[in-house]
Amino acid sequence: MAGVAVSTTINGDAVEYLCQPDETLLEVLRDRLGLTGAKEGCGTGDCGACSVIVDGRLVCSCLVLGAEAEGRKVETIEGMAHGDQLHPLQQKFLEHAALQCGICTPGFLIAAKDLLAKNPSPTEEEIRFGLAGNLCRCTGYDKIVRAVQDAANVMKGA
Amino acid sequence: MRYIRPLSIEDAVGELAKAVGPAAILAGGSDLLVRMKGGFIEPELIVDIKRIGGLADITETADGFRIGAAVPCAVLGENKALRKAWPGVVEAANLIGSKQVQGRCTITGNLCNASPAADSVPALVAAGAKAVVAGPSGKRTIAVETVPTGPGRTSLAKGEIIEAILLDKRPEHAGDAYLRFIPRTEMDIAVVSAGVNLTLDDHGAIKTARVALGAAAPTVLLVEEAGQVLVGSKLDEGTLERLAKICAGACRPIDDKRGTIEFRRKVAGVLARRVAAIAYKRAGGK
Repeated sequence: MAGVAVSTTINGDAVEYLCQPDETLLEVLRDRLGLTGAKEGCGTGDCGACSVIVDGRLVCSCLVLGAEAEGRKVETIEGMAHGDQLHPLQQKFLEHAALQCGICTPGFLIAAKDLLAKNPSPTEEEIRFGLAGNLCRCTGYDKIVRAVQDAANVMKGA
Repeated sequence: MRYIRPLSIEDAVGELAKAVGPAAILAGGSDLLVRMKGGFIEPELIVDIKRIGGLADITETADGFRIGAAVPCAVLGENKALRKAWPGVVEAANLIGSKQVQGRCTITGNLCNASPAADSVPALVAAGAKAVVAGPSGKRTIAVETVPTGPGRTSLAKGEIIEAILLDKRPEHAGDAYLRFIPRTEMDIAVVSAGVNLTLDDHGAIKTARVALGAAAPTVLLVEEAGQVLVGSKLDEGTLERLAKICAGACRPIDDKRGTIEFRRKVAGVLARRVAAIAYKRAGGK
């Protein structure tokens, strides 16, 4: 198989890579670029652990080909904190103990960031619907929902 | 395997037409990539149609709406004019998968994947939507219900691509709606579903009606008799009972883990009644 040369932007940085035509964006991020924050849970778009934002749209990176990222803007969990300064969502996930094993957490944070960007004051129901594409087998979701509500309040005040 | 990203529909059609091995069209990929990963399809050529001019746009024309084949379902939900004119089509499209899937999946892909349980298809069939097909011998416009011919099979020939879905401009007093039954509250595959599209006369009586059922047969069903029984009525109880009976009778469902034949027949009738009532209200009927 001939490799595909891709020029894209990841977390604001210009990035170039060569990938196979059937390689997913998730595989490119993890195995070629060393960005291992996005996780492979199911690999079929059901669990949301590989969530990233491409051109302002929340997507499962396991259902995007690496070749499709040509000319796009990709945002991953690695771009969420500013140096040592955690994003309010990350801070609130820590404070509310909204994670246990942590596998789903990068996906939840990215999905929550996308949710708050589109709806800065979501109701509990809107948060639960908005995060329905992310599965967590540890927390029972309640702490995650509280953390997102708290982060939304902090971000509105900022 | 080869991945290409043509910039014109002619190039895309040409590549598909001359492909020797299995070829696949990539728009949102929410079905294709899962099928590739599962080993159900091993394409030698992937044609990404997202950079073809116009395919990523919703255009309002003198005749109605043109929804490009690469428009993600989330964008349908964000289009106010489309939501106002065709709320049933939009609510059906927005039921497919999670927020992550909504950012990728398309109604054209939903149609061409040809699942009997595809959520957007009964709503499109009820709406009388058309598909613009580009192929080696030019373009043709066909009714969406003629696209799926069985589970996973379509009437499209080699080299053909659906480039857009067309929805008519709405007259006054028109409404459509879609409902599905699933055992959960969100993110599941329809056990049975129904789409209804109505127009009313100035007195609130139904002038035209189209009723479609999903997951009730090998393809989404247009139940013409169900539409006919609604015409002239104001959805009185007797009409609704006849509608439910016709829909239950029109089903050719299967028994599987998600529902029995008997259950699907019953629910098809119940959903048709409920969806007709929602569409009637949206059309301004009282």
